[in-house]
Amino acid sequence: MRYVAPASIAEVVELLIGDPEATVFAGATDLVPQMRAGRPEPSVIIDLKKIARLTEVSLDNGTWRVGAAAPTSDLTDNAALAADLPGLVHAAGLIGSDQIQNRASLGGNLCNASPAADSVPPLVVNDARAVVAGPGGERTVAVADVPTGPGRTSLAPGEFVVEFEIDRPPARTSDAYLRLIPRTEMDIAIVGAAARISLDAGGNCSEATIALGAVAPTVVLVPAATEALVGRPISDDVLATVAAACAGAASPIDDKRGTIAYRRQVAGVLAKRAVAEAAGRAGNGGGR
Amino acid sequence: MSRTHVSCNINGDDVEFLCDAGESLLDALRDEVRLMGAKEGCGTGDCGACSIILDGRLQCSCLVFAPEADGATIVTVEGIADGDHLHPLQECFLEGAALQCGVCTPGFLVAAKALLDRNPDPTETEVRYALAGNLCRCTGYDKIIRSVLVAADRMKEEVAG
Repeated sequence: MRYVAPASIAEVVELLIGDPEATVFAGATDLVPQMRAGRPEPSVIIDLKKIARLTEVSLDNGTWRVGAAAPTSDLTDNAALAADLPGLVHAAGLIGSDQIQNRASLGGNLCNASPAADSVPPLVVNDARAVVAGPGGERTVAVADVPTGPGRTSLAPGEFVVEFEIDRPPARTSDAYLRLIPRTEMDIAIVGAAARISLDAGGNCSEATIALGAVAPTVVLVPAATEALVGRPISDDVLATVAAACAGAASPIDDKRGTIAYRRQVAGVLAKRAVAEAAGRAGNGGGR
Repeated sequence: MSRTHVSCNINGDDVEFLCDAGESLLDALRDEVRLMGAKEGCGTGDCGACSIILDGRLQCSCLVFAPEADGATIVTVEGIADGDHLHPLQECFLEGAALQCGVCTPGFLVAAKALLDRNPDPTETEVRYALAGNLCRCTGYDKIIRSVLVAADRMKEEVAG
């Protein structure tokens, strides 16, 4: 195995094209445990952290650009980002310990393609885009379209994620992410639920996106929950409809963390609470 | 295959070592540099026994590839005392019996130092969350948490003089 830390995106693409067994990494918080569990070693490990664009977090003309290899602690330490996208930043702060958050990245969380990845549902509800570099130059793809199943992505050979683009939310709009794990810290989601809610001047919901994690091979969007919310106040009745829609949309598996029935019920409960939390913030003006 | 040459600063000393590309920084610290403080518990970033401060950030050295350390500044548990004068965290761990078998202790000390470096006055809850990445199978944690809080108080008194 070779270790390489290229200084440019073009060098990374060249390495990836030249060797299908090569892999990019940022924090290696998934790569190292996978290698130790017996997965075949890559021929080349390509460290993305020496490329400035990969680790920068910046606000560029109304759009947040988050480097795919930026450690999540750089997100949780960024007060302006947390004010704009509190649900996403909360999710970033849920992934592992301080030690992990000083290495783990959004790019890794997305491309490891775990159904339970905490940062993906909030990226999806915020319509985040991934900038992907590859042999044909750069392209932009919806984050929701990157994972295609557990451990699998839509990235073509030679491609890797450079950064995320997330538009600042408009006024009276906010997001939230909640998850349930078997203990207080340091575990993998049984269910995750993200919501992004916009309220009109009268307090009715004008836009809503709800996404569930850990209840299907990839993130599940729940249009029936959107339908129940839009044009209505955030009432207990509406929230009950949201919960039922989300429980119905979930298609989880049974495993040691939870049964199918339990996960369905929790999906409804968390979605309802995430909507209420996002709406509460939106009602206070959102991030603005 | 030829080995990788790494130059870095560890606990204030310029250090050079040779390592393999896929070798963990933990293994390099122990086997090449012969600093045995950081321990391997799980080897997968779950237990924190290998915690070090790498370029100002608390990390599990088992998740770091040794070549990544080229040009880096590293603090290990061996670097937190001032010569023969123990760090207040070390004093308080001894006084508070915050260890039994001691395997997790270097990781706890480094993680606690990283916490107090950025938050000199943590609440008990903040200490518990900051140390959530460090596992101890002996103490039940309570004496560790209390010792960190006592150390924080002692360090504030020292600053206040």
